Amino acid sequence: MSAVDPTFDLDGQPIALQPGDTILTAAARAGHEVPHLCWSAEVSASASCRLCTVLADGRPVAACVTPAVAGQKVECRTALLATQRLRLLQMLFVEGNHFCPGCEKSGHCLLQVQAERAGMTDLNFEVLNPERPVDASHPDVLFEPNRCILCQLCVRASEEIDGKRVFAIGGHGIATRLVIDSASGRLGDSALSVDDRAAHICPVGALLPKRVGFAVPIGRRRFDTGDTRG
Amino acid sequence: MNAPPIPEAPRKLRVATVSLAGCFGCHMSLLDIDERLFELIERVEFDRSPLTDIKTVGERGQCDIGLVEGGLCNAENVEVLRAFRAHCTVLVAVGACAITGGLPALRNHLDVGDILQSVYGEVPDDPELPLPLNRVLPIHEVVHIDHALPGCPPPADAFWQLLQDLIAGRTPVPAPGLIRYD
Repeated sequence: MSAVDPTFDLDGQPIALQPGDTILTAAARAGHEVPHLCWSAEVSASASCRLCTVLADGRPVAACVTPAVAGQKVECRTALLATQRLRLLQMLFVEGNHFCPGCEKSGHCLLQVQAERAGMTDLNFEVLNPERPVDASHPDVLFEPNRCILCQLCVRASEEIDGKRVFAIGGHGIATRLVIDSASGRLGDSALSVDDRAAHICPVGALLPKRVGFAVPIGRRRFDTGDTRG
Repeated sequence: MNAPPIPEAPRKLRVATVSLAGCFGCHMSLLDIDERLFELIERVEFDRSPLTDIKTVGERGQCDIGLVEGGLCNAENVEVLRAFRAHCTVLVAVGACAITGGLPALRNHLDVGDILQSVYGEVPDDPELPLPLNRVLPIHEVVHIDHALPGCPPPADAFWQLLQDLIAGRTPVPAPGLIRYD
């Protein structure tokens, strides 16, 4: 060990560095959450959601893929970044059909809790109301594409953890969607098993194991707090 | 003796409420402030509302606050919403339906003609009845909204905080635990 461990500055707090750290991983180890949706410690980073954008020496970067550098000044909690995060979340909400009152992921959903933490009360933009058909062809897993935020966690989990490559991202622009590797394009004809990590890593209500919805009482769901009415 | 003048009671704020394509659950959650309703009625009077018999919003004067529950599913909803916007200084979208269209907007991927055919067979066509819109819309797509109170329904404490803030002249900022979407 050197006499002084290398650190960088996160909103005025010194954060210890280890080799290979990104800004997000170093901050997480020190107990500071950088808001994120598409990042998971289990798989490689994709930097698609942009929610983890921070200012590194004044320059906006995605904290999940940007190496942490000793002595760097990183800002995460600024008014401008908070507004940007709110707008990103509102864009994700209007892009899909996020009707939380009828979604069995409610209370366990990372998109929902990030929006609550960002103070989102309204949608700001016009809703898109996509009309992508639900795929219920798999016996144990449901795919509701109108909730998919294209984080690609299932893509990476299937490839890197399950060794299957069941999922990929297809299409362009606003028509970009999650595609499934089977001749019919349907989940039921793919190699996906409900025991796969990819069947459980979805941070929202797009890929859901069947027949387990609404099993957890309100007040005891993953992101419920003491304030959550039971 | 010169008794100090009795301070003038503050003017009561005029509050209008309405349910458009709503389920009245947001109004029930407002009533869930329970005995605080007595405190509220000292500071506000209600204009058009499902809780009063006033037929037209603003006919007794400009309203300070309009609380709108429900999205827009038919022509009458749009007319009423525009009247609320015209006669309410502060308009609040209340609940998931007003903010996003809500669960009724799940009909947006279906053809409204097909829905009516499959439910009624012979579709009611009296001009008394408002025609449905082809899509259920959140209210901010038709009029400007000043604030939104999320939740399905919003918690009673969220209504209470919003009204307390508006009565005190503060910009309402819901406490973190009071922002709910389900």
